[in-house]
Amino acid sequence: MTRLTPNDLSALRDQLRAAEAKTFVSVGMSTCGIAAGATPVFKTLQELVAARNLPGVVVRQVGCAGMCSREPLVEVRVPGQPSVMYGNVNPELAEKIIESHLSGGVPVEECRIPSLEEMAVFPGDPEPDSVNRPLQTRIVMRNCGLINPDSMEEYIARDGYQALAKVVSGMSQDDVVSELEKSGLRGRGGAGFPTFMKWKFTKASKGDTHYIICNGDEGDPGAYMDRGILEADPHSVLEGLIIGGYVIGAEKGIFYIRAEYPLAVERIEKAIKQARAAGLLGKNILGTEFSFDCEVRLGAGAFVCGEETALIASVEGRRGTPRSRPPYPSQKGLWDKPTMINNVETLANVAQIILRGGDWFAKVGEGKSKGTKVFAVTGKVKYAGLMEIPMGTKLRDIVMKDGGGTSTGKPLKAIQTGGPAGGLIPESLLDTPVTYENLQQLGSMMGSGGMIVMDETDDAVELARFYLGFCVDESCGKCAPCRLGGRQMLTLLNKIADGKGTKADLEEVKKLARAMRTASLCGLGQAAPNPVMSALRYFEDEFTKRLVG
Amino acid sequence: MAEQTLVDDIAIISKRWKNKEGSLIMALHDLQSRFGYIPRDAALELARQMEIPLARIYEVITFYHLFKLEPPGKHVVSVCMGTACYMKGGEKLLEKAKETLGIEPGETTPDGEFHLQVARCLGCCGLAPVVTINEELLAKVRAEDLENHLSACKGKEEGKGDAS
Ligand SMILES: Cc1cc2nc3c(=O)[nH]c(=O)nc-3n(C[C@H](O)[C@H](O)[C@H](O)COP(=O)(O)O)c2cc1C
Repeated sequence: MTRLTPNDLSALRDQLRAAEAKTFVSVGMSTCGIAAGATPVFKTLQELVAARNLPGVVVRQVGCAGMCSREPLVEVRVPGQPSVMYGNVNPELAEKIIESHLSGGVPVEECRIPSLEEMAVFPGDPEPDSVNRPLQTRIVMRNCGLINPDSMEEYIARDGYQALAKVVSGMSQDDVVSELEKSGLRGRGGAGFPTFMKWKFTKASKGDTHYIICNGDEGDPGAYMDRGILEADPHSVLEGLIIGGYVIGAEKGIFYIRAEYPLAVERIEKAIKQARAAGLLGKNILGTEFSFDCEVRLGAGAFVCGEETALIASVEGRRGTPRSRPPYPSQKGLWDKPTMINNVETLANVAQIILRGGDWFAKVGEGKSKGTKVFAVTGKVKYAGLMEIPMGTKLRDIVMKDGGGTSTGKPLKAIQTGGPAGGLIPESLLDTPVTYENLQQLGSMMGSGGMIVMDETDDAVELARFYLGFCVDESCGKCAPCRLGGRQMLTLLNKIADGKGTKADLEEVKKLARAMRTASLCGLGQAAPNPVMSALRYFEDEFTKRLVG
Repeated sequence: MAEQTLVDDIAIISKRWKNKEGSLIMALHDLQSRFGYIPRDAALELARQMEIPLARIYEVITFYHLFKLEPPGKHVVSVCMGTACYMKGGEKLLEKAKETLGIEPGETTPDGEFHLQVARCLGCCGLAPVVTINEELLAKVRAEDLENHLSACKGKEEGKGDAS
């Protein structure tokens, strides 16, 4: 591809859009889809379309649409007709889809599931009436399941890189920051720090070199939205990173991605190459003075490396141990230079905010929590998957509506949000609207957006023990409160769970929790007691009934 | 002096990473995907060619879960123990794998066929419980099926790289 200018980009978009008036048969081919058997389905569809000589029908791969438990997914999109989604498709059903739907025009009802348009509102859609409003609003996931992640053209056809063009051809760095401020976007990596402030501070930090890092470590066991986005729409994250680089004055960016996500790594590497070839990355981006490039660095299996100072150590090729802050990375980060670290999902929001305006974004959400959050809803839930939900949605709606209730049919007991740093929220409190503040008040947190559904047969003590065990294993050992406190607490918890603990042991657990929270060096140790403390807060009887003496 | 092929293998890795700041972890990934683990003589040769103290290399290898110091066996079996898998029977799968292979996590069968390990969430929670065998990810695995998957591997040539 030749190097583009902003005008070329728009012309290319229009041209690509005009060429899209075809029938698309799309197969979800991310890690989940492939694992569930999408490859033979894809092959069958390709062969049949070729054999039947169906003109204008294109079989293609797309990224994950988020309906993971219903993979393999096949979507049929005929121009001028509402799209039809099929779930749990196997080669036999694929054949039926070709016979009945594509040749005969009759959808196959036996495997039909709600389409993406029935499930979610997309940016630019007319606002639907409130009665029939789908639960999801897809800003971050607007392209997930709708485009081929390996095709930059398909991203461009859906307004890809228009925000970058807008930024480099007429917005100052402060303009971008103020748009982010209006949007109210906050970090999606856990802490919920206002994104505009981080960008502003890093930009203001003195230094000849600045860096921007995309945090794709996603170590929370039970969260996979960052993998989903990186695999389904890598260019949207890359575009956010380039804009961030422009704002803080960086020449270099880094994607730090966990090595457990080989397909995400492959797709982002491909996206980087494509963008470079088109002049969207590298020297003189879109024909302007702005130059910026980036590369991928892999994690190697350490949860603590998601913490920003540990992440920096790891990118420098060292053991991933955190250090105390201040100085913050925005002052002294990678190679001691000012460094901005943003989560994958945070960056994926940026282009839409620039294109549609901060005010548009701030209309979605509630209170100080604007926009949407992608949740990975898993555990004992009927339709496990990724759900992008407007902030302020009731927790119950997420589980019961899009989630379809419990998978076992048994009553819902609680959900766990925030992963190893979060906590339980009992069924009685699920009418709480989801915001950063509300979750914290309930003793949990937003975290990365994992949401584990428990039915009445699940044991609160066991889950607390699971998470604490995770944190103990992942403690880097640098500070004593985390290294020793965690292990001591786990020993006591094991004793209690096995029916051998005493009242004094339980008191000791609470004391240790206080010490770890106040004295640990980083967020891992500070938050490690959370799952235990929240289990105690709502389900204390499950602990006390196991006590002896 | 290390064997020539080893020197050449490491030279490729060293050439790719030596001039990039902080790239030791990337070089170790390359090395592990070449050998399936990090043999001591390879680490020594890497230290020599990249001009990094050997102690620095071992300090890093031992910090990160993914780097292996022992040959992993032909087929690497990872049982996911992320939260979703844990809640949906991951533990039962691990028990089954231990029983079938006769080894504990972190060990390799005496015939060198299988290496068993626990994975900390493979990010496929919607398909829980999951297991990977080498690069293949198996979804919604039932304990009774695991045995078949394992015996299907026996004798097949594969291995080295693994997804956890
Ligand atoms: C133990 C620990 C693990 C973390 N893991 C991640 C992670 O996997 N991904 C992430 O984006 N942030 C993670 N964070 C938060 C980061 O330190 C940092 O706040 C975040 O990447 C900033 O990006 P944001 O402002 O866009 O949210 C972790 C924090 C702690 C304390």
